[in-house]
Amino acid sequence: MNQPRNGAAKDDVLVDIRDVQFARGDRPILKGVTMAIRRGSVTAIMGGSGCGKTTLLNLIGGSLKPDSGAILVDGISVPDLSTNDLFELRKRMALLFQTGALFTDLSLFENVAFPIREHTRLPEPILRKVVLMKLETVGLRGARDLMPSELSGGMARRAALARAIALEPMMIMYDEPFTGLDPISKGVIGKLIRELNQSLGITSIVVSHDVAETCLISDYAYLMGDGRIMGEGTPAEVQRSGSEHVRQFMDGLPDGPVPYQYPAEAYLEDLTRWNKH
Amino acid sequence: MEQALNSLANLGRIFLDAIGRLGRAALFLFEVVRAARVLVRRHFLVIQQVYAVGVLTLLIILVSGLFVGMVLGLQGYNTLVRFGAEESLGLVVALSLVRELGPVVTALLFAGRAGSALTAEIGLMKATEQLAGMEMMAVNPIVRVIAPRFLAGLVAMPLLAALFSAIGVLGGHLVGVGLLGVDAGAFWSQMQDGVDFNDDIVNGVIKSAVFGFICTWIAVFEGYDAVPTSEGVARATNRTVVYSSLSVLTLDFILTSLMLGEI
Ligand SMILES: Nc1ncnc2c1ncn2[C@@H]1O[C@H](COP(=O)(O)OP(=O)(O)OP(=O)(O)O)[C@@H](O)[C@H]1O
Ligand SMILES: [Mg+2]
Repeated sequence: MNQPRNGAAKDDVLVDIRDVQFARGDRPILKGVTMAIRRGSVTAIMGGSGCGKTTLLNLIGGSLKPDSGAILVDGISVPDLSTNDLFELRKRMALLFQTGALFTDLSLFENVAFPIREHTRLPEPILRKVVLMKLETVGLRGARDLMPSELSGGMARRAALARAIALEPMMIMYDEPFTGLDPISKGVIGKLIRELNQSLGITSIVVSHDVAETCLISDYAYLMGDGRIMGEGTPAEVQRSGSEHVRQFMDGLPDGPVPYQYPAEAYLEDLTRWNKH
Repeated sequence: MEQALNSLANLGRIFLDAIGRLGRAALFLFEVVRAARVLVRRHFLVIQQVYAVGVLTLLIILVSGLFVGMVLGLQGYNTLVRFGAEESLGLVVALSLVRELGPVVTALLFAGRAGSALTAEIGLMKATEQLAGMEMMAVNPIVRVIAPRFLAGLVAMPLLAALFSAIGVLGGHLVGVGLLGVDAGAFWSQMQDGVDFNDDIVNGVIKSAVFGFICTWIAVFEGYDAVPTSEGVARATNRTVVYSSLSVLTLDFILTSLMLGEI
C-alpha cells in the first residue's frame, strides 16, 4: 500500500479514500480520487461548483456507494457496512449540510436535543444542561426557543453545528459552511471550526470554494477539479503551486484549463441556425 | 411514422414508470410495517401524530357530518312521506351514514385535508434535506417520521368516520324531528331496531379502516417519493388527493359488493 503523500503514519489516518470512482448514470463524477485525512486535523477540500465535493462527502457518510475503490473511516470499510453498522458509525460522525437541514417543526433547543434523545437515555435535567452547553458553544443559548424559520442564514448554520456536536462525534464534515454568509459570520464559523477541532479534537473536513477563508483554518488542503485531485499540500504549498489548474482556481481566473463555457457546438453556427433549437 | 413510434415509446415509458412506482410503494409499505414494531416502545410518537391529524380534520369532519345528516333528513323525509313511512327516517339516515356516507365522505375529506398535508410535510422535509440529515444522524426516518404518521392515519380514520356518522344522525334528527315533525320516539326506536351491529356497524368500520390504510399509505408514499423540489412536492400533493379519492371510490364499490354478497 502506498504511504499517504501527506506523510501521515497509517493509524494516523482517520478517513482513507483510495482510487474512488463514482458515476451518475453514464456520467462519471469522480474519476479516481485518493485522499488520506489525518486524525485531529482540519482538511480542506476545494473545487469549483459541480466538481463532486458534496458527492464525495456523501460517499464518506455512506449514503452513496462508490463504483470502485475503497473508503475507510477509522479502519472500517464504509461501502460494505450493513445498515445497522452504518448507523453505529454515523453516531460518531456528523455531516453539516449545505442548507443546514434543521428540523423546521422543532425549536432550536429541540433540534439540538434530537440526536441526544434518539441515541441516549439522559434524564431531562442533564439533557437540558448538555443542550445549553452546546448552544453556548455556538453563541445561541439565548435563541433556544426560536424556530428555525426565525433564524438568519448564519444563525442556522451555527445551530446546525450545535446539533452536529451534540453527540461529540470524532469527525465533522462541513459542506460549504461559508456560502452566503457575510464576512463577520464567515469569520465566526471559521473560528468555531478551528476551536471545535482544538478543544474537542474533532477531525474536520471542510468542503468549500471560499479559498481565503478555508486556507486560513485548514492544516491540509486538496484541490479537486474534473473528478480528480488537482493538487494537495498545506494551504501555503497549494497557494504557491505552479500548476496551471491550481493557479486558475486560487486566483479566480475566469478562463484557463477549466473552460468558461459549458461544452457546446461552434458559437457562430449555433447563432446562424434558425429553424431548430 | 416516427411520431407513432415516439408516442408508442412514450406510452411504454409511462407504463413502466407506473409499474416501478407500484413496486416502490409496496417495498415502502413493507419497510413501514417493519418499522412500526419499533413504535410499540415509542407510542408517544404515534399519539402525537393522531393528535395532529385530529386537529387538522376534526372541525371539517364535524361540520360536513352535520350538513350531510341534515340533507339526508330532508331528502329522506321527502321520499318516505310519499309512502307514509316517515317514521323510518331515523333508520334511513343512520344506515346511509354508517354503511356508506360516513366512511366514504370522511375518507375523501381526510385525503383532501390530512393526506395532502402529510404529503406536503414529508415532501418538504425531503426537499430541505431534513430526512437525509436524520439518516446522517443515524436515525431512520421511516421509523421516526413515516411510520408514526402511517399508524396515526390508521387509527384516526375509523374514529373520524364514527364521529361523522354520529353527528350526521344528530343532523338528521335536527331536520326530521325538529323541523319536519317526525315523532322522536319513532325516529330512535326504528333506528335501534333496524341497524344491525355486524352487518352495518362492523362493515362500516371495516370500510373506514381500509380507506384509512389506503389514504395514509398513498399520502406518506407520495411525500417520501416526491421529487425534492417545490414543484415536485406540489405535484405529489396533487397526486395524493387524486389517487386517494379514486382508490376510495373504487374500493368502496368492491367492498360493498363483497359485503352484500350480491356479485
Ligand atoms: N441526485 C443527483 N442526480 C444526478 N446527478 C447529480 C445528483 N446530485 C448531483 N449530481 C451531479 O453530480 C455532480 C457533482 O455534484 P456535487 O453536488 O457533488 O457538486 P459540488 O462539488 O458539491 O458542487 P457545489 O460546490 O455547487 O455544491 C454535478 O454535476 C451534479 O450535476
Ligand atoms: Mg455541494
